Amino acid sequence: MRRIVTAAPETVDELASALRGVGYLPGTRTALVSHLAVQLDKPVLVEGPAGVGKTELAKALAEVLGRDLVRLQCYEGLDEAKALYEWNYRKQLLAIQARTAAGPGAEEAADTQGDVFGHDFLLERPLMRAIASPTPVVLLIDEIDKTDQEFEAMLLELLSDFQITIPELGRIEASSQPIVLLTSNNSRELTEALKRRCLYLWLDYPELEHELAIVRGRVPGLSASFSRRLVEVIAEIRALDLKKPPSIAESIDWARALLLLGADDIDQDVFRDTLSVIVKHRTDLDLVAERVGLRLPQASASAD
Amino acid sequence: MPPPPKPPKALTPRQLRRAAIHADVPDGQVPGGLAGQLVVFTEELRGEGMAVGTSELIDATVALGAVGWSDREAFRETLSATLAKSPEDRHVFELVFDRFFFRAAELEAVRHASGTPDPDAQETGDQETGGDGEGVDGDQGGDGDGGPPDLDAVRDLIARAIADGASGQMGDLASLAIGSVGGHVNDTGVVGVDVQRIRRALDLKPDADPEAPEDDPRRKGLPREGIREFEQALRRELERRRIERLGELPPARALNQMDRALPTGAGQSLADIHRVVRQLKRRLNTQGHELRGQRRRTQVDLRATMRASLQTGGVPVVVKERAIRPRRPEIYVLCDVSTSVTSASLFFLSVLHALHDAFRKMRSFVFVERISEVTELFEREREFEKVSQAIGRDAGVADVTGYTDYGRVWREFLEQTQDDLNPRSTVIVLGDARTNGRDPAEAAFAQIADRAGRAFWLNPEPALYWDYGDSVISRYAPYCEVHECWTGDQLEDFVTALTSRAVTGQR
Repeated sequence: MRRIVTAAPETVDELASALRGVGYLPGTRTALVSHLAVQLDKPVLVEGPAGVGKTELAKALAEVLGRDLVRLQCYEGLDEAKALYEWNYRKQLLAIQARTAAGPGAEEAADTQGDVFGHDFLLERPLMRAIASPTPVVLLIDEIDKTDQEFEAMLLELLSDFQITIPELGRIEASSQPIVLLTSNNSRELTEALKRRCLYLWLDYPELEHELAIVRGRVPGLSASFSRRLVEVIAEIRALDLKKPPSIAESIDWARALLLLGADDIDQDVFRDTLSVIVKHRTDLDLVAERVGLRLPQASASAD
Repeated sequence: MPPPPKPPKALTPRQLRRAAIHADVPDGQVPGGLAGQLVVFTEELRGEGMAVGTSELIDATVALGAVGWSDREAFRETLSATLAKSPEDRHVFELVFDRFFFRAAELEAVRHASGTPDPDAQETGDQETGGDGEGVDGDQGGDGDGGPPDLDAVRDLIARAIADGASGQMGDLASLAIGSVGGHVNDTGVVGVDVQRIRRALDLKPDADPEAPEDDPRRKGLPREGIREFEQALRRELERRRIERLGELPPARALNQMDRALPTGAGQSLADIHRVVRQLKRRLNTQGHELRGQRRRTQVDLRATMRASLQTGGVPVVVKERAIRPRRPEIYVLCDVSTSVTSASLFFLSVLHALHDAFRKMRSFVFVERISEVTELFEREREFEKVSQAIGRDAGVADVTGYTDYGRVWREFLEQTQDDLNPRSTVIVLGDARTNGRDPAEAAFAQIADRAGRAFWLNPEPALYWDYGDSVISRYAPYCEVHECWTGDQLEDFVTALTSRAVTGQR
């Protein structure tokens, strides 16, 4: 269910509390940059390790502002046809065939030429949809670092002027100003040109208290002391040099799993059984089991 | 919303920057108020190598209009969100921000209160250190008057604060420490030296001290991070007092290179190392993809093209290219672990091992007088400190003197790897090429380089020191590529070259 908020939040604090209201707990920096994005209509480049809530931020913003979320998931080899627009080739063919069948004529053929490149034959892809939408939307361009530089260059026109040029139709300007969030796992340097057009937000793993609040918010069934214990163990695991440190999403999953299992304390047995929820690499498993697992309290005698 | 800033006309940016750095701007010479100050600040960022565009500067000003600048944190975050666009830039930004506003505050203090420095300067100084923590009781000003407080009490107080991680008190504690230790330590005029002297006088050590009393935090050793924080506060306080005494600002140093150098010192935190490794790992993992993107049109895959053409009735509309896969080189790493370069070597080895997925095969050796293979050790141990301990204990690379003997090292290396070295292998040597007067045996090294496909030499010393004293790097240079490698950037460049060059080689 989408809540329609009539007035957009005016100050940083209002925005922060609104975000909290929809279940996203922003840090001060996150709230500030989101506020700037809303006020200045600037795209935001959100970077940080996987699973710290980059995508969630976009969803929460969309909910707070009462806008639709248009999402473009990037991947290697993504091109304009899948991101911007595409001509509906089959429909064009059919139209031409239908007309040829109806009765060939010199003038009509010329008409056809004009017709098949009209709006009816255009397939809107996410970027185009975000721009052409009559009501403003939140546009999420996820994992921009997975695409290649050509695609980035194509985005530049969109991000600075909010317009798209289609050779056959001309320039299409935004009928509404979308809020744009780009996320990146920082797996490659993005181009300077792209960065220059964006506000920059670096999201890192949250402080202990902050993460505790997040876990408590998402998994209210877990007791306060137990959640704290859980977050502390997670922080300890993150301090190791792992291939893939556990993300916030995984802390929440773990909390849910423990709640489901009805565990009342994190002891060695419970830890060993549920370790695979938070650590997803063979070598990491061994390391964590050895470094963190052995220091946890022994399982109580009744458990045996 | 304020109007976008106009670049000041009276002074060129270059002059502005010089003016800011040498602090010789007379009143009102920086035009444009806050906007003008921002331009100067941006110029300082540019001076430290950050690329800040005019459009970003405009963004920053507009953004400040939307947020307001009464709150220091909000002000700082707004600027960094609009000006600093990567984690590295953010780091530089924070250093420059602190320096800029520290100097600005000091300059004001000097200008307004030259002669009667105390109350004003004290105030600005406190603001600077973010005096949000509760104050600490004690003799604040203690420059001689009022008798220095008991040294032992101060020691305990500071040790406890560091152990508790009370960063809010650091500024006050630093001035307390200077006040109380001041009498015992002569002011050398070099801030770095003074900081270390005071630290020693206060007996702040990261190592555990079993003789300390039961409840003393020093018994378990103090956290390194805390000590570093305290040292920074000390440095700041000392600098402030010096400015006060001289009544003028010293010229600003460029950001200390150490802040951005490779984490090699013993005091460097593990977190720094992990950060560098993590970044490198990510870059390397995706690097292959990027190359494939750029060199897309290399070779046509006929078979795939034919297959694709079936969809379009045998007309090859879509041309399929053969994918380029990055070659994974075989790597032999030799690292000098004599005292002069140990930490750099071990750091480098940990980085390479963290990246071992990128290579087909990797063997690592450490050497001082003899050579010893440590490949397994690195597979087993993942913590930097453990590795360095284990190498010191087990490797047995130092024989008698503990000085590097390159001739013997080359011979032993050849013996051990003779059958494996082939033109596809890459040999990397990390060392300062200081022979301690022994024979460099470049002929033996030439033999190694000849057998291997490529040979690199990484020198952890700045190029300025090469070939001075007993450094013989130029004797080896004809047989290998010599790289200077003492900052994170240089290391990253090298690792990139190491893996991407292989792709070129394949073509």
